Amino acid sequence: MSTKHRGARPGLVLEVDRSTPPTLFWHGEGYRLEKLPVGSRVIYAPEPLESLKDERGAIRHALLNPLGDSQPLPTLLFPGMKLTIAFDDISLPLPPMESPDIRQMVIEEVLEHAAAVGVDDVEIIAALALHRRMTEPELRHAVGDRVYDAFAPSGKLYNHDAEDPDGLTHLGQTRLGEDVIINKRAADSDLLIYVNINLVAMDGGWKSTATGLSGYESLKHHHNVKTMRQSRSFMDRHKSELHSSNWRMGEVIRNSGVKIFQIETTLNNDAFPGNFSFLQKREWEWTARDRAAFIASSKALARTPSRIRRSIFQSIKAPHRMTSVQAGEVDAVHEVTTANVHRQQLVTVEGQSDILTMGLPYICPYNVNSIMNPILVMCLGLGYFFNLYRNKPLVREGGVLILSHPTPWEFHPVHHPSYIDFFEQVLSVSTDPEVIERDFEKKFAEDEWYRHLYRNSYAYHGVHPFYMWYWGSHALQHLGKVIIVGGDPKSVRRLGFTPASTLRDALEMATDVVGRDPSITHVHNPPIFLADVQ
Amino acid sequence: MKALLYERSVPKLAAARIAGILKPGAGASRGPLHYDERAIEHRIPGPGWQRVRPRLAGICGSDLATIDARTSRYFEPIVSFPFTPGHEVVGDLDDGTRVVVEPVLGCVSRNVVPVCRACASGNLGRCEQIAYGSIAPGLQSGFCCETGGGWSTHMVAHSSQVHRVPDSMSDEAAVMVEPTACAVHAALSPGELQGSVVAIIGAGTLGLTTCAALAQYNRPEQLIVAAKHPEQRQLARSLGATSVVEPSALRRAVRSATKSMALGDGDVERLTGGADVVFDCVGSSASITDALTMVRPGGRIVLVGMAGPTKLDLTPLWHREIALVGAYAYGVENLLGRRTFDLAFELVSSLRLERLVTAHYPLARYEDAIAHAANAGVRGAVKIVFDLRTEKDRR
Repeated sequence: MSTKHRGARPGLVLEVDRSTPPTLFWHGEGYRLEKLPVGSRVIYAPEPLESLKDERGAIRHALLNPLGDSQPLPTLLFPGMKLTIAFDDISLPLPPMESPDIRQMVIEEVLEHAAAVGVDDVEIIAALALHRRMTEPELRHAVGDRVYDAFAPSGKLYNHDAEDPDGLTHLGQTRLGEDVIINKRAADSDLLIYVNINLVAMDGGWKSTATGLSGYESLKHHHNVKTMRQSRSFMDRHKSELHSSNWRMGEVIRNSGVKIFQIETTLNNDAFPGNFSFLQKREWEWTARDRAAFIASSKALARTPSRIRRSIFQSIKAPHRMTSVQAGEVDAVHEVTTANVHRQQLVTVEGQSDILTMGLPYICPYNVNSIMNPILVMCLGLGYFFNLYRNKPLVREGGVLILSHPTPWEFHPVHHPSYIDFFEQVLSVSTDPEVIERDFEKKFAEDEWYRHLYRNSYAYHGVHPFYMWYWGSHALQHLGKVIIVGGDPKSVRRLGFTPASTLRDALEMATDVVGRDPSITHVHNPPIFLADVQ
Repeated sequence: MKALLYERSVPKLAAARIAGILKPGAGASRGPLHYDERAIEHRIPGPGWQRVRPRLAGICGSDLATIDARTSRYFEPIVSFPFTPGHEVVGDLDDGTRVVVEPVLGCVSRNVVPVCRACASGNLGRCEQIAYGSIAPGLQSGFCCETGGGWSTHMVAHSSQVHRVPDSMSDEAAVMVEPTACAVHAALSPGELQGSVVAIIGAGTLGLTTCAALAQYNRPEQLIVAAKHPEQRQLARSLGATSVVEPSALRRAVRSATKSMALGDGDVERLTGGADVVFDCVGSSASITDALTMVRPGGRIVLVGMAGPTKLDLTPLWHREIALVGAYAYGVENLLGRRTFDLAFELVSSLRLERLVTAHYPLARYEDAIAHAANAGVRGAVKIVFDLRTEKDRR
């Protein structure tokens, strides 16, 4: 149903020479132009694919022509049935997309079918696992006002509660003894429809239900240091222990009789609108207008208080649109989805380098409308961006990762209360993921105050900062050193990393680990890409 | 003799107060404290008194408050002018015996007969006859015009006040005995603390020695110390703290340790439960207010740091039935059935508390010494002392 834009060029690996203009680095709520040494490689993502011309038509087509052994949606619906629709939460997509959100369009189409058959027991659940609850404006943005007003006032549209003792069902154990626990309403329904947005290759599949609708006692079987270190990488399902565990759990879910109709969607990588579109262009192709936009916005941002800067960036809505939609049986759907993600994001790269550099933006999956605290900086750099590879990491074992981010010692107390304590009480004792997991995880996971804030306020679960640290555990094991350019030295040191004032200083420091004349690769983002390292 | 003298002078007190507000310790150069190279030696007040030639004398938080004129008028009737400050003293008797002075002036040293109930039980800090008897008012040596104090080359002490220093103990260790005794008394004052969660606000000399005394003699299950400066944090850990945090993080640390709920949406404005005991080693209205937010209902706040005039909202004290009690000086510790000073001598030796002595100054450089002491934490220091061992006058 999708077509590639004729002008959309594939990804590119550029070798820096004397004529190469300075390269853009994200730097939190701002950006920098840095001159990389001659001979460095810069990886650019493929250009945005053309989106589907008729998104709603494509959704309708997918619902009526499911993949795998699934029946078309209308034949799965019947009067008097119990229907549950679960959807991905605020962590996707990034940045949040312009209205109408994909989830809104898909849910509206599903509800049309349900209404046509006379299904009236419908509940809609934000599948947020241990993430914070979504606020009313966030839910409205995701599902649209029409759906929100029809369901939320009567309690039929709500956030999943992973700590509700009456709201979860234990479906059994996998052959490896992993407990499979999911949302009771979803498990008891005649049909569970999962509405997904696949921003990166790790999203979707059985992870949607087994993780998104689950709780700590089940998640701990794969959100742990051992599993994360055996996921090489999370973006390659067949080499990811995280995904293997989710797929085993999926088997238990399926065998227990839970009937799932999976709807997955992919996006193009057109992530920034108008005034910020220069961010995702190749620097030598910047127009006079792009250069003016860069200079004007850089100067304005430098004079703007951080709070206002944050609200400017957090208000950005991405123009990215749907490139594919597929529905039906989970595995069959996910195979096609992954291929579509690869179509947009895959870049072939020859070999690893000694040093990997990357600028980190203001946003990651866990600080939408919030603050990018130092733990999230670690997670985004070492958890997400480092793992955007297939085959092997972009940086060699024992190599150096150089990040650019201000890394302020700042936290959102409502969203991240346990992060504050993790930073103060855990990282001050150890940064070793195994020690942290062994000595602190259970205490945070079972803390009643965090539990209360997760259930009744808008806090991430008490154990969530641990998971953020575990996401980076493979990188921590692989790398010889991590340097953060322009970060608050105190925060950077607390993370166990090395602060540097400039990229030049950081490259000099890196030579202590990798020697003189190192090979350097820079990850140019936005937009993100998946490196297929040969 | 050489001495620092503190005289009663209202204009100089006002000047010290202003100077101290602008720059802590600046009261030394603007206020009633002055250096006298030819001060008159104190007469022996009566039988049992003897001359002490100080070797080292510490600068305490209460001294700094006096110099910057931040102390309460409460003390006016129980001090006498002019006095030589200095109540943390190791010195020599005329026969060469090295002694530490236990500075509290109780009934025995004042020649009050019969002695009061408190002194009879060995708790001199609670003396009920203070300011009476055969010597001028003065709650301690160092605040009395007749006894002198450690910031000089000569003072007098009653035989009941002196403790012989073992030959194996250095002067630096000995000068730490008096402040450590205060900490031991505070640490033992709540009774048994095994299985308890205890928090300490402040990590200057008093905070660190209280930490050491708690860890050594009372062993709470969790001992959480708030320390502002890196050196303080390192010392607190080495002295037995189970957890050391920034002051701004103490409330959260106590919440975690006690598994308490908290009020404030993700922020911790105050705890619904909290620590069993909070030792306030600062004594400001901010620190007491902070302590009230993190002590459990029915818990206890021990005020170790000298407090002054303070504005407080006591609603939580009433509502949560919190005990706010002071810990002053020393005596006999009922919990262990021993004299506080004996326990302090042992603690100083076993934990090598001489390492808390960071800098020595001659008397003539008293302004530098006091400035250093007033900014000790920032400058990575703990205890600043006057070194009188090389002063000509004492030889």
